[in-house]
Amino acid sequence: MSAQARFTDALLDPALPCPEGLMTWNGSDLALRFAVYRNNVVVSLVDALADTFPVTRELVGDEFFRAMAQVFVRTYPPRSRVLAGFGRDFPDFVETFPPAAPLPYLADVARLEMLRVQAYHAADVPPLVPAAIAGMLAEPRQLPALRIGCHPSAAILRSSHAVFSLWAAHQGRVCLSAVNPALPETVLVVRVGLDVQTIQLRPAVGLFIAHMMRGTNLATAVDAASADDSGFDLGEALAMLLRWQLITALHTGDHAHEHPY
Amino acid sequence: MSPASPSTSRTRGAAARTLPPRAGLGLKPAHFQVILETLPQIGFFEVHAENYMVAGGPFHHYLGRIREQYALSLHGVGLSIGAEAPLDVAHLDALAALIDRYAPQSFSEHLAWSTHGDVFLNDLLPLPYTRATLQRVCDHIDQVQSHLRRRMLLENPATYVEFAASTLSETTFIDEVVRRTGCGLLLDVNNLYVSCVNHGRDAAAYLRALPLGHVGEIHLAGFARQQDAAGDLLLIDSHGAPVAQAVWDLYQLALDVTGPVATLIERDNDIPPLDVLLAEVGAADGLLDAAQHEPPSGRRPEHAEMPA
Repeated sequence: MSAQARFTDALLDPALPCPEGLMTWNGSDLALRFAVYRNNVVVSLVDALADTFPVTRELVGDEFFRAMAQVFVRTYPPRSRVLAGFGRDFPDFVETFPPAAPLPYLADVARLEMLRVQAYHAADVPPLVPAAIAGMLAEPRQLPALRIGCHPSAAILRSSHAVFSLWAAHQGRVCLSAVNPALPETVLVVRVGLDVQTIQLRPAVGLFIAHMMRGTNLATAVDAASADDSGFDLGEALAMLLRWQLITALHTGDHAHEHPY
Repeated sequence: MSPASPSTSRTRGAAARTLPPRAGLGLKPAHFQVILETLPQIGFFEVHAENYMVAGGPFHHYLGRIREQYALSLHGVGLSIGAEAPLDVAHLDALAALIDRYAPQSFSEHLAWSTHGDVFLNDLLPLPYTRATLQRVCDHIDQVQSHLRRRMLLENPATYVEFAASTLSETTFIDEVVRRTGCGLLLDVNNLYVSCVNHGRDAAAYLRALPLGHVGEIHLAGFARQQDAAGDLLLIDSHGAPVAQAVWDLYQLALDVTGPVATLIERDNDIPPLDVLLAEVGAADGLLDAAQHEPPSGRRPEHAEMPA
């Protein structure tokens, strides 16, 4: 085992002794000095998670959050030098973290917060201009086979908990006491320009958009959404795609007539 | 000679090939908008490279606009030059892409390691100063400079422990690295002071032992105070406080030798409003102005050495 491997293990596991071969000028106990490094590693990464998951933190309190985040950091330290994506696995960890079990909605709140960070840093792709979209919609023959390219920042979260309301309550948009966390909610996250938007959708509209985002054709996406909710309104769903500038490309099934927008 | 108008001087700085010998500031997202609205008199901005290794969004939007107005220093914190393992070529490619995009006047990294295997530890970890480490660090810096096709600056570390295996002093180690690789020195005066206090060294003597003729940039920051197990002062390189007087004093000592050098005010934690940081930028600029009018002692003409 190399020296840096032992150093790394000791950084992440406080039960291990300090690595051998270290010294201090005044002969003072090494543990306290090595603890500075342990602290730098763990605290900086816990702080990174606290920045990414502010509502999750508020829901459980700072002490609980930091204790939970410490376990995560030590068990799943980052595998990338770019910390913007650190925490992608945190929601799954929260879901299986036994002390968080009394808050079954917590993991989905964390998922929503991670989607917001990912949307913030997602690639810059201009949306299609409305005229190009209107041109396509004016050709009904093409519509069933229509597929879209979706903005890279866009994501749909379909939760069996009131994930949007819980999040919105912490933005001061709604009163937390009025939220029933057990009600299912569906959320669209997308960055429009520089601003990350968090929008509650009807579940069937969310299902439709999720299908379109995966490259499903319009007819199949409508069938899936209608099967989910017989009241599914395609007009409302298309309006959402346009309003939040989700469409970055249009493709018809007929590649000879691909629209090069 | 009449002084250049503020906007002319800023624009010229943005287009210059090197960092201006003025005070600069670490760029923080909290200050993006106020900087663009007020265009403060700052010699350059510095960013942590890894924060901008994201696909798009506001970070690139604002850095692009700020870069049009100001000189830029790209400061890496994740290259892990001291690691036992080979450098991550994908990371070097990501650095090269940022350099192509933003054409920074300076690229710098640390004499430290921060990764093991694929684990990123998000801290700048210490190295034993041995011949073997020296060879590895020099090989890595050669690789960085050839991959990025430019000279890099290497920052002296803040450390809390030393290694029994070390056979070279830190200053000898750094001097050898600079001599062998041709890289420049990013003189972090706060790191220097923190390490000297933490290891019972004479900071002024340590400073004089560094290759001060190769300083391409200076960092100034604040530290936190603790005690070690023996009750001795243990300083933590926190970047969360104003620059301490002892660090200003050492900075002055450094400027006496180097002459004016691009100097960064670094604040990464407990970030105050921009005005507070601009006051520190102004203080550094004051010392840089004075150094401008005082020939550096290292290059002082013979007659200046004569007693009056």
